[in-house]
Amino acid sequence: MSGLPAEFVSLVLLAATLGFAVLRPRGLPEAVVAVPAAAVVLALGMLSFHEARAEVRSLAPTVAFLAAVLVLAELADRHGLFHALGGWIAAGSRGSPVRLLALVFAIAGLVTAVLSLDATVVLFTPVVFRTVARLRLRSKPHVYACTHMANSGSLLLPVSNLTNLLAFKASGLSFARFGAIMALPWIVAIAAEWVVMRRFFTSDLVGRGTVPRERIEAPRFALAVIALTLVGFFVTSVAGISPAYAALGGALVLGVPALARSRISVREVGAALDVPFLAFVFGLGVIVASVSAHGLESALARIVPGGDSLLALLAIAFLAAIVANVVNNLPAVLLLLPIVVGTGPGPVLALLIGVNVGPNLAYVGSLATLLWRRILQHHGVDPSTLEFLRLGAITVPITLTAATLALWISLRVVA
Amino acid sequence: MAHMRAVIWIVEGTWQGCIDVALGILPGDAEVVLLHAGSADAQQAAEAASAGLLGRHRPGRGGPGLVQVSDEEAEGLLTAAEQRLGRGELRRVRVGGRVERAVVEALADGVDVLVCARDGDRSRLGPHSLGPATRFVVDHAPCTVVLVWPDETPDVGSIPPPPHHERPHHHGPPHSPPRHT
Repeated sequence: MSGLPAEFVSLVLLAATLGFAVLRPRGLPEAVVAVPAAAVVLALGMLSFHEARAEVRSLAPTVAFLAAVLVLAELADRHGLFHALGGWIAAGSRGSPVRLLALVFAIAGLVTAVLSLDATVVLFTPVVFRTVARLRLRSKPHVYACTHMANSGSLLLPVSNLTNLLAFKASGLSFARFGAIMALPWIVAIAAEWVVMRRFFTSDLVGRGTVPRERIEAPRFALAVIALTLVGFFVTSVAGISPAYAALGGALVLGVPALARSRISVREVGAALDVPFLAFVFGLGVIVASVSAHGLESALARIVPGGDSLLALLAIAFLAAIVANVVNNLPAVLLLLPIVVGTGPGPVLALLIGVNVGPNLAYVGSLATLLWRRILQHHGVDPSTLEFLRLGAITVPITLTAATLALWISLRVVA
Repeated sequence: MAHMRAVIWIVEGTWQGCIDVALGILPGDAEVVLLHAGSADAQQAAEAASAGLLGRHRPGRGGPGLVQVSDEEAEGLLTAAEQRLGRGELRRVRVGGRVERAVVEALADGVDVLVCARDGDRSRLGPHSLGPATRFVVDHAPCTVVLVWPDETPDVGSIPPPPHHERPHHHGPPHSPPRHT
């Protein structure tokens, strides 16, 4: 099958895969549809076996890297890292909600950058919720800050977001250079979010909290291993080895003592690895390759501007943000990457700003996800959803513009 | 004569000020209700955010759920408020749903006074010293409302000057001629 019918079938398969991944009926893993859908692509000859194998091969190092980082974050949690972070931000706030918000911004930005956005969403956000509740302050600004930082704070390093990992190779940059160029956009994005949220939540950042008195045991070992892993990312990158090995090393050093002291079981390590999700990424890669090959790539190539002028970078970032909200950021980066590849690091990094910051428009990652959930779970749109959308409508355009401008400057200064 | 019935709206961060003012103004024999309105916004956002990870989340993690945490802390908050008030004749009421509506509904039968805190711009006096929920409550309350400044009350000099555009320009002499000093 080829041409328009193939494009249509590929799009249907993509929609089915994403719809299933968003809804996960009965908690079934998202690979349940993604892998058979990829098999259909092959069976109908929409992608040759060689093309599919090439796609899977190019994704493999990325998926391995992701797996190692997911396990690393989970192990850091078992070593008490996130519990300690909660205690520190509570003590550091001295009861002031604004100071607490600043600390949440800083820590969530760092956690996202080093341990990926998953760690912020899954491990840090619940800790923040509990911490603010125990301080007896209003938790809304701080929780929303976490969800926004998980996206906007994920610009710094290749490891911060799966989207970055997917685009890392295409950018042609080393780990260190990626970080050097993205440092300014990362800080500018966080600052832009701060300015908006500080004003947006004025009426919730009120009063004084009660700081619980407790001694916080510093998880020195976990912190040291994570610091060394971070150094490892740069060293392996300079030495021409995949930084995934540094993440793997960190996971092993944290994992062996944790297993020995029964802080985590082998089964739980397996769960943290999230093998079905990794299979989903491979399946998704194959489906998106088919969608791209049968017409969407050339159609998108016509509307994506070339070069790395400020205007071109802004256009790419906004387009990427829109696509991310239509199909979620993972497929968005897979779809758009082939178009900007080979045009230098600028357009690739602008694309990442778009797909990373864009999902802040809706708290569930994309407007499409939000609609799916609302429609299929028969929820009305409640006021808190409207408030979150209003917040996103303010922060996303501002953050996108500011971060892309920062990227444009950074490209000229660093390069 | 019937006792005065008062509701103190206990909100995270500002409740202490309300209790202190209530101690000063409410008669000793007033029937007092400590009202807490819980909102699930933050908890929903915290839990729904993982949907953005496209299934990369592991449900059923250890530790108490967020609902339980907010529940315990709301109870703890009311206990702390009770202790600060230190009076016998007290009732606790916890409501949920849309905060502003739930609070107004709790004032429905025969409440004489509501004590609540300002939560808007606290850097100066007005014009936005009430957050959206509090403004709704103040606007709709079927009783007397006592509004408390939670932190330090700003100086009267902090009121913004009257806006420029209200002055008529170029149409004859102004109502009050500008003073040249």
